[in-house]
Amino acid sequence: MSTLEIKDLHVSIDTEQGSKEILKGVSLTIKTGETHAIMGPNGSGKSTLASTIAGHPRYNVTSGTITLDGDDVLAMSVDKRARAGLFLAMQYPVEVPGVSMTNFLRTAKTAIEGEAPSLRHWTKDVKAAMANLKIDPEFASRNVNEGFSGGEKKRVEILQLELFKPKFAVLDETDSGLDVDALKVVADGVNRAAEGSEMGTMLITHYTRILRYIKPDFVHVFVDGRIAEQGGPDLADRLEEEGYDRFLPVGA
Amino acid sequence: MTDTATETTGKESRYGVPAIAGFTEEGENLSPLNEDSSPLGGDASKAHSHGGGAGVPDSSRAGRLTSYKLEDFKALTGREEDWRFTPLKRLGGLHKKAPTGAAPTLATELSDGATLETVGMDDARVGSAGIPEDRVSANGWNAAAEASVLTIGANAEDVKATLTYTGAGMEASAQHLVVVAEPNSRGLVVIDHVGSAVLIENIEFDVQEGAELTVVSVQAWEDDAIHAGSQQAKVGENAKIKHIVVTFGGDLVRLTPSARFAGTGAKVEMFGLYFADPGQHLEHRLFVDHSTPHCTSNVLYKGALQGKDAHTVWVGDVLIRAAAEGTDSYEANRNLVLTDGSRADSVPNLEIETGNIAGAGHASTTGRFDDEHLFYLQSRGIDEKTARRLVVRGFLNEVIQQIGVEELQERLNETVEAELAATDN
Repeated sequence: MSTLEIKDLHVSIDTEQGSKEILKGVSLTIKTGETHAIMGPNGSGKSTLASTIAGHPRYNVTSGTITLDGDDVLAMSVDKRARAGLFLAMQYPVEVPGVSMTNFLRTAKTAIEGEAPSLRHWTKDVKAAMANLKIDPEFASRNVNEGFSGGEKKRVEILQLELFKPKFAVLDETDSGLDVDALKVVADGVNRAAEGSEMGTMLITHYTRILRYIKPDFVHVFVDGRIAEQGGPDLADRLEEEGYDRFLPVGA
Repeated sequence: MTDTATETTGKESRYGVPAIAGFTEEGENLSPLNEDSSPLGGDASKAHSHGGGAGVPDSSRAGRLTSYKLEDFKALTGREEDWRFTPLKRLGGLHKKAPTGAAPTLATELSDGATLETVGMDDARVGSAGIPEDRVSANGWNAAAEASVLTIGANAEDVKATLTYTGAGMEASAQHLVVVAEPNSRGLVVIDHVGSAVLIENIEFDVQEGAELTVVSVQAWEDDAIHAGSQQAKVGENAKIKHIVVTFGGDLVRLTPSARFAGTGAKVEMFGLYFADPGQHLEHRLFVDHSTPHCTSNVLYKGALQGKDAHTVWVGDVLIRAAAEGTDSYEANRNLVLTDGSRADSVPNLEIETGNIAGAGHASTTGRFDDEHLFYLQSRGIDEKTARRLVVRGFLNEVIQQIGVEELQERLNETVEAELAATDN
């Protein structure tokens, strides 16, 4: 079992008006096998948390720690974090010109595993995973995310999640922009990955809809860069009914 | 995109006539009154005899002046449509003075079926497939002391010729090469440019009926080289040329590959690959002139740029004349900008004078390899160096794999690696 531990994390970004603090002391511990839903209104810092875990250069950690089984994640380069077992399914996956999906997936898998996967098994695994996620096989020869629709990009993120088998997956609003059928396909993929390997999941979402398909063990409500409330799955149900209004300052 | 220059043309003038009929080195018969012009003449030559190109609008490629005579071309100002991207100051005077230095030395490797001759510029084959399209090309044509003629014999198969030009210094020079692919031959010609040179080069490819010719022109010059090259193909009935340009070296390289059709059923493929480093100016201007029915053309040029003042220019002119019914044509240019401070100009031009075609399209993209791409690939465990290589190699491989000559492909892959290693520092 592995543990991803976030302690009193403060994160700021540089803006034209100077440095702006987005995360104002976040503490959270996730163990493999657990699913945590991070919920909250727009601008509360959910995606900042996700990008900070992955190591996006835009976010400056001013204090606090992130450790993976005691190892200092913040000291690791972006690629080293991935090789250590962290995976971020991005909200807006970028198109990478010149690199075919096939080549990309194999290169990434090789980097993560430290050795090239057996070609025969790998090709079969990729095909099966693509079929499960209802991804057109023709996408394999296209460039990474190039010309993919928003929904297709999200499915390709989950494809990688299934193939790379991380210890911890952070899903940054993977449900946004998906219709209900696509949402189900994506949720099935996440559930398969969670079952197939001992994976801890941090599911960032604005809406409770995806929680019908991916059952969280814990729910955390983010407001203004802090965790305002924590609870079990029933907290999500309450948010569904009441929204985030009660967390927001009056008149906001 | 039509103009008066094309409207005055007899619609049947450019096909159904022998390719070289009415054509002399002096270009005397290329008059506006002569409807039986060769594919080389066309409207451009008509415009020429109307008065040395004066008043010919640049709005149609058909109106571009062509002539064997230097004096027909006005002195360059840099404001001309076809020179507006070129830093004339860095052209080593190739547009001003006659190049009188010694041309690069030529080393050859010829298989059976290929013969190489050195002939005078009055040889009938000189000018059989090309005519200068700009002042610099005409300057070189006038100055060349002799021409090399490489002939791939009729019906010969698997013919391979490698011509290595080694520039010996920075004195301006001119050279001329004619490649004749005789009927139904199958040949591959690699033209390699190395060393230092200030060179005007005119190359003609006469691809005769049923012949298939693959050409790979590699510009692997030293950093100081200046190279203005015209490479023109005339493609006969049911013949095919696959023309591949690879440009890495030189301070300034400006190539103008063009293809003209001399019969029906001909096929033209033009591929290009360029990689510009800091300060380099690499320019490729293409022209595909569809004048006969049922021919196809496919153009793909890809370039990578890195570093301050790396500048690439790609201009692709495709003209489908009224007579060229059933034409199928596509051209694309794709650039990948790897760092700040580089500039890629890309201008695809498509002129269509008949609606009765199979297809015509063009595309141009200039993308940036930026921090978000890098972050994405790194977030999947791929280290930065590998990520960069992955992108560039993948991008350029599409063209490299077209070459089909393994040792050359390997050499180019190594060159790409070396170029990338230069930015690792």
